Amino acid sequence: MSAFFRVAALVVRKDLTVEVRSLEVVSTTLFFAVTVVLIFAFGFVKEGVPMDGVAAAILWITVAFSGTLALGRTFERERQADTLRALMLAPADRPALYAGKLVGMLLLMALVELILVPLVGLLFQAPIFRAPLRLAGLLAAGTLGFAAIGTLFAAMLVRARSRDVLLPVLLYPMTVPVMIAGVRGTAALFQPQPDAGMAQFWFALLVFFDVVFVTLALWTFEPLMTD
Amino acid sequence: MSDFDTVSADGVGRHYGRRRALTNISFTARAGDIVGLLGHNGAGKSTLLSILGTLLAASTGVVRYGGLTSDAAGASLRARIGMLGHDLFLYPELSARENLVFFGRLYDMPEAARAADAALERAGLAARADDLVSSFSRGMRQRVALERALLHGPRLLLLDEPFTGLDQASAAALVGRLREEQARGVVTVLATHDLDVVDGLLNEVVFLQGGKRVAAPASAGTLRDRYREAMHAS
Amino acid sequence: MTTAVKAQLGIAALMFAASPWVINAAPHEATMGLVYKIYFYHMPSAWMFMLGAIVAGVASARFLFAKRQASDATAVAAAELAVVFGLLALVTGPLWARKAWGVWWVWDARLTSSLMLFLIFVAYLLLRQFGGPGSEKLSAGLALFGMANVPFIYVSVNYWRTLHPKTSVVPTLPVAMGIPLWFCVCAFLLLFLALLSLRATLETHRARIDSLYLSHDEA
Repeated sequence: MSAFFRVAALVVRKDLTVEVRSLEVVSTTLFFAVTVVLIFAFGFVKEGVPMDGVAAAILWITVAFSGTLALGRTFERERQADTLRALMLAPADRPALYAGKLVGMLLLMALVELILVPLVGLLFQAPIFRAPLRLAGLLAAGTLGFAAIGTLFAAMLVRARSRDVLLPVLLYPMTVPVMIAGVRGTAALFQPQPDAGMAQFWFALLVFFDVVFVTLALWTFEPLMTD
Repeated sequence: MSDFDTVSADGVGRHYGRRRALTNISFTARAGDIVGLLGHNGAGKSTLLSILGTLLAASTGVVRYGGLTSDAAGASLRARIGMLGHDLFLYPELSARENLVFFGRLYDMPEAARAADAALERAGLAARADDLVSSFSRGMRQRVALERALLHGPRLLLLDEPFTGLDQASAAALVGRLREEQARGVVTVLATHDLDVVDGLLNEVVFLQGGKRVAAPASAGTLRDRYREAMHAS
Repeated sequence: MTTAVKAQLGIAALMFAASPWVINAAPHEATMGLVYKIYFYHMPSAWMFMLGAIVAGVASARFLFAKRQASDATAVAAAELAVVFGLLALVTGPLWARKAWGVWWVWDARLTSSLMLFLIFVAYLLLRQFGGPGSEKLSAGLALFGMANVPFIYVSVNYWRTLHPKTSVVPTLPVAMGIPLWFCVCAFLLLFLALLSLRATLETHRARIDSLYLSHDEA
């Protein structure tokens, strides 16, 4: 078991070093996220006033879009010098490699969300500080569910043709429950009379989703990655 | 430890739907052998290397590593294989030392840092150990990549076009390095186009054409002459 | 084509030919009028859609973990049928909705979750079509994940909205309505099974032709 965490930590550290040096994925993803929010603003701000209840939806859709972009870039990087094959060749536990890539993605998306949430709060007058812990919980659980499926799919698509198009095509229908739960839960916190019970329900659903799909991904990574 | 001293391919083939990448390849290599895979582009050299490296499953036939097969042995077998791919398997954003240390740790080597330093010394790159790989010339990357493949002391060494982009001196150095490993009992399988360089280095030659092994010509001549003859005969 | 499949297809064809009369014999429903009779095709399609999704998921899991090649053929066949019957259900559903609720599309829970599951299987076919060599494995993973996702889609969409008439309506239907319904379900099930085995056989034959082609090539 300690070997599992050792390998996962090794992969995370490697990914972080690479990213800190180039800042490629962080900077492009952040810029993209900000752009998406602004484009939404043109659709959903009327007469200078944002429409009711759109903030939660914009937040989550932007998370999904920029997450897809980051996933694509992260694995394109492992493909360039064929290093994903080098990782698969190592005698390390393969699910540990998956776990490492997943944690790297989560850190990246957390960083993006750290900028994104205040931005949405600012531009769409969303009360992000009303229940900060609940909001953080929803974001964490939702991002984990999205990234767990996304990391697996992006990894397996590395050797497929048309991988750039296929990633969102496969990922979005599969993560619909995350989107619904994330948007509804967040909207319950943002509405004039916040509904903590509702937010709690969606949070629980997300946690359940995470448990099922992280387990399933760890379990299927090995057979999916061997050709 | 699942060590072995022979590697043998027995009727190995690989196809994708109707497209055959590799058909019925057999050969045996013993400790200290250097086997050359020669053939045009698309002859199946890289596919065969991937199968030998357990990265790709054979559709037909089996590869035996001593008494083991790839499905039976898994991770402990992969620990005894070193591979240098055509794309070098190095992170350009990391320094040469970081690359080696990362892979050393991934192979669970107790003294990865020291092994990395020794490897850089051998590659003649100790002075540039902390420079990013992206700043290296193709030849320098190639040397780091080879040391990366050899870092964990593999029994089976698989090289895909190791001479590409090397000048004469570096190619000669690489030949010398391969002879060292040969003396240590490493089985080497390499795919190459640089016939003049490997002439006299190979114990066995597998000529590949369209995914099939073609007979080696009986005549004794330079490797280049024999290659030409083999490719024309069929 | 085996005799069993021929018989299935023949009986299904007869049943479908007879179904207008059987459905016509069902009593007239007061509020919905004639349109409610689309229900006799809508519900069996939706059930076959579900069945296709489940068969595809289970077969994919077997292909992935037991490495059974034949399961892959079953999985493709079932996924394609899921898309076909899913489309039928999604087209007939709004026809009913137009009459019952006055609009073509409503964000009703069951309709929406069917649409989501339908999209997963369309994605499955896209992946197989455009994924290149080795996409059988990837699509098997997708089908497995899709099946695991069904309860989540269902619960999340359900809590999001609900309008659909409850399934529990079926057993309480008057016998005069129940008989035509089960008649249609049987017809659809026969058709489903016949198409499934035909399509899977086709896939197996294709694989066999490939291997014949390969061995001819070798000689």
